Amino acid sequence: MTDRPPLVALDGVNKYFGSLHVLRDVTLSVGRGEVVVIIGPSGSGKSTLCRSINRLEPIDSGTIAVDGVPLPAEGRALAALRADVGMVFQSFNLFAHKTILDNVTLGPVKVRKLPRREAEQRARTLLDRVGIADQAGKMPAHLSGGQQQRAAIARALAMEPKVLLFDEPTSALDPEMINEVLDVMTSLARDGMTMIVVTHEMGFARRAADRVLFMDGGRVLEAGSPQEFFDNPQTDRARDFLSRVLHH
Amino acid sequence: MSVIADYQDELLGGMLTTIQLSIVTFPLAFVLGVLLSVLRLCPVPLLRAVGTAYVEVVRNAPVLVLIAVIVFGLPEVGLTIPLFTCVVVGLSMYFACYVCETVRSGIRSVSVGEIEAARALGLATSAVFRTVVLPQSLRSMVQPLATIFINIVLGSALGAAMGVHELTGTVRSVNLLEAQPILCFALAGLGYLVMTLTIGHTAGVIERRVRVVR
Repeated sequence: MTDRPPLVALDGVNKYFGSLHVLRDVTLSVGRGEVVVIIGPSGSGKSTLCRSINRLEPIDSGTIAVDGVPLPAEGRALAALRADVGMVFQSFNLFAHKTILDNVTLGPVKVRKLPRREAEQRARTLLDRVGIADQAGKMPAHLSGGQQQRAAIARALAMEPKVLLFDEPTSALDPEMINEVLDVMTSLARDGMTMIVVTHEMGFARRAADRVLFMDGGRVLEAGSPQEFFDNPQTDRARDFLSRVLHH
Repeated sequence: MSVIADYQDELLGGMLTTIQLSIVTFPLAFVLGVLLSVLRLCPVPLLRAVGTAYVEVVRNAPVLVLIAVIVFGLPEVGLTIPLFTCVVVGLSMYFACYVCETVRSGIRSVSVGEIEAARALGLATSAVFRTVVLPQSLRSMVQPLATIFINIVLGSALGAAMGVHELTGTVRSVNLLEAQPILCFALAGLGYLVMTLTIGHTAGVIERRVRVVR
């Protein structure tokens, strides 16, 4: 185990939006099966960090490697790498013109070149796993937000990714639907999926994370186990943030 | 009313010519318009400028002027093509601008998030375009494209000014012989109405069938 490279490795990553320095010297290494939860105030760079890992946001300096392979520039090689990195978005982003089943089979059929029959079989298994097997034939707009997000998770899982990125997966959901999505994510974590999760759900971070990262102003200010971080934050900024989000 | 009976063949022939003009022009305008929209959306500044210049120049000229330039200009450079073809070329060049702008806004209407999701799945740029961008933008373009088609049918009446005997040209000739302007041009109006209502209705059927629920 120890001789294998970390699954995701960021080293000295910097990123600017114009004159705004959104990622400052971020270094991070995520091992196989590890669940890393990134929290922090809005504008802290946590979503940008998440999106840089599959190069939806290109970075300005530093290196990012997935499973030992540095991120290629735009092109076939990048597409191949993205196929191995699943992503779940805040606004679900299901393909509005395709049924739930077709959303889940699109990647396996078009990218993995799986026969349609096999892809559909696998898609149905995955939809069953996230609890929406009965919605397979519907269009995304006919599902609730929670169901759409679970379909989006199934779509990402269908590619059998090495790592799953979650970019605020529950932020667009009604409160009663948040748990149905978090339950799916917790069960994935328990099954050993490598996950990088940007979220405001502190309960999930406590329950499912192996490591919590606290970001502010584009920097990783703290990194530690959920117990260490929530019970004994080291920086004023983290203490301040936690007092705001935990007491209401 | 004897005009209808007496000139039945001429009138039907004129209508047929109008239909031929429109049916040849629309696909040409569509293909040229899609190519123009590719130019206008392309990241290379020079190609984008070419696309923009074309649209700005051609769209801002009266169609009749454009057709006249083709009819009288091509023989000057030693190219003589039939009048029918001149009208088709002029209408196609002109309405391609409208197709271009329709395609452009249709493509812009596709959700950026869905495009990102497709890229995140590992689809190459061309596959993202084929599986997500094109199917969704075409759906939102059905009605605007039908409006362009209707405008092509109506615009083909300008062929009359260039000596093509389509519906308007035929009716004008009949009127010169019979001096019944109201009846003649009402007949022409009815003919155009039949064609444009058919297009509008067909577009409605297509749109309902391919609509994307959001």
